[in-house]
Amino acid sequence: MITKEATKVAPAPARRRTTEPPRPLKAGRNWDEVPRWQIYLPLSIYLVFTLIPFYWILLFAVRPPGSTSLLPWPMTFQHFEKVWTERSFGTYFENSVLVGVATLLMTTLVALAGGYALARFNFKVKRAFMLGLLCSQFVPGALLLVPLFEIFAELQMINSLGSVILAETVFQLPLSIILISNFIKNVPYSLEEAAWVDGCNRFTAFRIVVLPLLRPGLIAVGSFAFVHSWNHFLFALMFLNNQEKQTIPVGLNTLMSADSVDLGALAAGGIIAAVPVVIVFAFIQKWLITGFSAGAVKG
Amino acid sequence: MAQAAAVAKPPAPPRRRRTSATPRRLPYLLIAPAALLMLGFIAYPVLSVFYYSLQNYNPTKPWRNGYAGFDNFVHAFTKDPIFWDTLVFSAKWVFVEVGLQLLFGLALALIVNQTFAGRALGRAMVFSPWAVSGVLTSAIWVLLYNSQTGITRYLADMGIGSYGTSWLSDTSTVFPAAIVADLWRGVPFFAILILADLQSVSKDLYEAAEVDGASRIKQFWHITLPHLKDAIVLSTLLRAVWEFNNVDLLYTLTGGGPAGETTTLPLYIANTSVDAHNFGYASALTTVAFVILLFCSMVYLRLSKFGGEDK
Repeated sequence: MITKEATKVAPAPARRRTTEPPRPLKAGRNWDEVPRWQIYLPLSIYLVFTLIPFYWILLFAVRPPGSTSLLPWPMTFQHFEKVWTERSFGTYFENSVLVGVATLLMTTLVALAGGYALARFNFKVKRAFMLGLLCSQFVPGALLLVPLFEIFAELQMINSLGSVILAETVFQLPLSIILISNFIKNVPYSLEEAAWVDGCNRFTAFRIVVLPLLRPGLIAVGSFAFVHSWNHFLFALMFLNNQEKQTIPVGLNTLMSADSVDLGALAAGGIIAAVPVVIVFAFIQKWLITGFSAGAVKG
Repeated sequence: MAQAAAVAKPPAPPRRRRTSATPRRLPYLLIAPAALLMLGFIAYPVLSVFYYSLQNYNPTKPWRNGYAGFDNFVHAFTKDPIFWDTLVFSAKWVFVEVGLQLLFGLALALIVNQTFAGRALGRAMVFSPWAVSGVLTSAIWVLLYNSQTGITRYLADMGIGSYGTSWLSDTSTVFPAAIVADLWRGVPFFAILILADLQSVSKDLYEAAEVDGASRIKQFWHITLPHLKDAIVLSTLLRAVWEFNNVDLLYTLTGGGPAGETTTLPLYIANTSVDAHNFGYASALTTVAFVILLFCSMVYLRLSKFGGEDK
């Protein structure tokens, strides 16, 4: 605990010290002083492009049917109630959470084991395994729908969430393993060895010494797995025929492909689909940048 | 007896130090779950696609099933204009989409990498569409492009364009409309990756360049861009493959229409296998897609210097 605090606090003042003193030495402008308008103008334009669609869906979701007002007032929640109960988004939501959390756990655990092996050992099939990982990043799940369907039919897993969880995990694995092994490589092996000398076995040493240092990486990989499986649509569409079992993206697609689209319901369904990922994303954003820069996608 | 022997044995060989007490089998045990999952659910399906590509296989027409040789491939390349159309559209889609995403993503990353008031909030807002799914992106843009209550109605109110325009059902506007929708979600991906890589540029380089009187544009060309080169090349390639493969957005936004105008090869394959049940032919098309992807992955492996880096 104490060491963690210390490392966290240390960089901030250090950075300030290195950037501040040179300033007086320079005669002209400072290198990091870009004119403000060059930042705010393009950023504002881009933000308009980014935020209008969000505003639009919010507007449609809370506006009473038939209204053409551009302001979300008077506000109504009737679309949400309708979508949640009549269009079974309540059930879809539960299924999506289940799929997302299970995929997150499975991906992280399996990728931790595989990533550790790649980072710390030399073994016979290592090269072949690495090659398999790199190549399978190029294998699209969408093109394997038919054979995957046949496999799951054989395993009697059609119409069970298990099939979707397995498929999502499998296609999430290659990148996750590569990322995690890069993160583990960044943790000095000597730290682990020191723990062995102190009497830890390999597993305990890993749990006590390495795991806490992997936190940004695990958060990046885990959130990736969750967001992907939450968003992904084709597997659920193909492997789950029972309406009770379907996930939110499939529900959204059903709303969209209806003959006369109920725009209010679609917007409310969209908000329900967006809220969890946007919250997860806002929460982990900081970790994501550090996570990526440490584990950089270098293969 | 055997038990006694087993009990007696341990003290005999003096245990080596813990540090090397790793069983030989450990790495294999560790990769086993990942390897088995990927063999079963990636390698095996890929092989079965190759197998079916040489078969006539259609569950709705079982009397025609059987070995077909290269008929499926010959048919695709010589008698199926849709195949060529979708291939050309795929290339166009990937090229335009990835090029624009890279351009805007790079610009955006450079901007939010500066220090300014409200940076954290700005970043969070700019990146937020990244987390949004293809289907949800479609839902949002269906609302925006809707002819009755979408953005065109309000533009028409202001005198721009005409009422009742539906960009998604007009063959002349559907491509840019779909491109913009996918850009909305795709740009943050590049911006995040490039921003991550920008964190590792040494500030001393800029200060030295500043002392030497280099303009900011020169600094960008001679310091920032060379530093980002690897990240840009790799993320562009990965993204190109991803854009090629991803069918969620087009499937739900345009369904490949109007009149097949926005059908990519993977979308065509999905339709051929799911709607027409022509698995054999779909498998042959998939094989063609694999060959294209294999070429990309070889370029990728070369660029990532596979094996050379393994210390």
